[in-house]
Amino acid sequence: MKDSLGSVQSLLVLGGSSDIAVATARKLAQDKTKRIILAARPSERLDAAVTLLRSHGADVRTVDFDALDFSSHEKVLAPLFEEGDIDVVLLAFGVLGEQARDERDPLSAAQVVQTNYVGAVTSSLVCAEALRKQGHGSLVVLSSVAAERARKANFIYGSSKAGLDAFAQGLGDSLEGTGVHVMIVRPSFVETKMTTGRPKAPMSTTAEAVADGIVEGLRRNAEMIWVPAPVRFAMSAVRHLPRPVFRKVAEKQG
Amino acid sequence: MGTESLAGPESAGRTSPPTRERLSGWGRTSPSVAEVLRPRSREEIAEAVTTAGPRGIVARGLGRSYGDPAQNGGGRVLDLTGMNRILAVDLDTGQVVVEPGVSLHQLMEAMLPFGYFVPVTPGTRHVTVGGAIACDIHGKSHHADGSFAQHVVSMDLLLADGGVRTLTPESEPELFWATAGGMGLTGVVLRATLRMLPVETSRILVETKRVADLDEAMARMTETDADHRFSVASLDNLATGPSLGRGWVESGNFATVADLPAKQRENPLAFHPKPVASMPDLFPSGLLNRRTIRLMNLANFRRAPQNSHTHIASIGGFFHPLDAIHDWNRVYGPAGFLQYQFVVPFDAASTLRRIVERVAVQRAPSFVTVLKRFGPASPGYLSFPTEGWTLTYDFPTGTPGLPGLLRWMDGKVLEAGGRLYLAKDSRMSAADLEAMYPRLEAFRKVRAAADPQGVFVSDQSRRLSL
Repeated sequence: MKDSLGSVQSLLVLGGSSDIAVATARKLAQDKTKRIILAARPSERLDAAVTLLRSHGADVRTVDFDALDFSSHEKVLAPLFEEGDIDVVLLAFGVLGEQARDERDPLSAAQVVQTNYVGAVTSSLVCAEALRKQGHGSLVVLSSVAAERARKANFIYGSSKAGLDAFAQGLGDSLEGTGVHVMIVRPSFVETKMTTGRPKAPMSTTAEAVADGIVEGLRRNAEMIWVPAPVRFAMSAVRHLPRPVFRKVAEKQG
Repeated sequence: MGTESLAGPESAGRTSPPTRERLSGWGRTSPSVAEVLRPRSREEIAEAVTTAGPRGIVARGLGRSYGDPAQNGGGRVLDLTGMNRILAVDLDTGQVVVEPGVSLHQLMEAMLPFGYFVPVTPGTRHVTVGGAIACDIHGKSHHADGSFAQHVVSMDLLLADGGVRTLTPESEPELFWATAGGMGLTGVVLRATLRMLPVETSRILVETKRVADLDEAMARMTETDADHRFSVASLDNLATGPSLGRGWVESGNFATVADLPAKQRENPLAFHPKPVASMPDLFPSGLLNRRTIRLMNLANFRRAPQNSHTHIASIGGFFHPLDAIHDWNRVYGPAGFLQYQFVVPFDAASTLRRIVERVAVQRAPSFVTVLKRFGPASPGYLSFPTEGWTLTYDFPTGTPGLPGLLRWMDGKVLEAGGRLYLAKDSRMSAADLEAMYPRLEAFRKVRAAADPQGVFVSDQSRRLSL
């Protein structure tokens, strides 16, 4: 159970080796989080995350979790809640894809959509039901500003996040009155391993900043956070741009 | 499920169906959703307990604990406010037999006309006897009267298996003292026999004096405690430098009829407290902040008389000033607030000073800051009061730097051999609890024997691995 100051005691991360996931888990462990479960595919990065989080005094374990193996989500995730209450579930997995390649190769586009949307839907439904049964908890869903308006340079990724974002908003509304809180995180362009080598967009951010936003949002039970915060207003303007104007602006960003 | 009750038809109210409700403590932080049942009889309580399910059950009274001890996310919560009958009264001995949902307010209304007051009252009358036992509450009279459970003659406890045991401190000291202060984790108190306090009037003769700093406050309390049943110091927690710990000390005793002015002598046991106002639920978080609390603290300090001044106060005015405003906790807005209460031994006065100093320097605003001397501890395994200084702060949760400040305070309190109060706690760590309550292991053994399956659980017991 989160305490009166919004400090988290137990955390489950889906996609536990991503930069944002590790930065968030580290900040929570430095605060008060004692029990952390990292659900991800085994990798060296995951092992490094475990070592790092343990060095901050957390009790860390890993679970083999594959976002694309939808049928396993119930079996893998539901039992984790039997071991003790989980205060926060952080849904942090996702792939950016390769827009040009994905446009040429529909199956590779499907992979992006299945990971970012379908896998996120199945795993968050499993977690939401478990949180509802315990009568409290937060589900943090990593969306993107691209969910608000996708550009021609990222519309496969963007549409998958748009779907997830809409799903998470509806899920949050449907969980009203159950004690479960859904928080959507819309970062701008994040400089991470996923984006290395790509041109930086204006108002870009870092995994550290997103993690700070998540920790702070959890304290006040925010339903939607933007990182950096002003991007909210920028996107609000962008959303209302006429299509021809938007295309010109997007062109400049590449 | 019958609504038949033991004490006659007048009590057999209709039982309302269970509801799913979002519950929090008085601080309005960390809510969770549970199935709330409102039993009206022992049988209904027993049925609710024995069919509780994997998330367990905990009893709840009037919800005045600040944090999460009377909530149970995903499980059951027994709202016992409907079990509120005074079952028997013995006017010769001053003993009453009550159901757990009887409030101290109700007891005062019923018993003051006969010259009896509750044995111990906290800062609000709106707590139930069940809650008072579960938290082994204290009041301004702790140095003279001890804690609430020390005035409990016997109680009937419903155990996890549905069986009922009658406990007295003599017959079953272990389970009695695990239940007193045990935060509802041993069972459900079905009835309790209390020893009331005989009084001549319903008024308090209060001596109030302004104190310039913490030393003066402590000296005055030490000096006046011997011949005053009630004593308390209120501090302006934001004053620094030479004014650090300034405030006012109130020392009081129940007035005798001779103390009263002629008009009050006509009805010396009158008790008609009325709520002055009700707080609407429209305050934004952050209305109570450094600036506003500084002004209020200053105004209160200035109002206190410089030289000792004696006046006659009502029970409500002296013990429960905030009860005059219904739902006063709403003034903190939706973000809520928390109360931090610790005790340190008398020889750790330097720790007390360091904490007062650090809170003032860090400008963490506290609307109510209360210092009090505790007398000897009760035998309760988890009872909070131990001999020493106890200090209470009310902090808005949004106060900048609060988590770090409180963690620093936890460390100082622990170092000094002190502890935090579970009825106020909403954020302490399991490790600190373990270190602060040396009899926790013994408590766990008694509890495990009484409730091997762990049926009685709360959000607090989960949070602290109690």
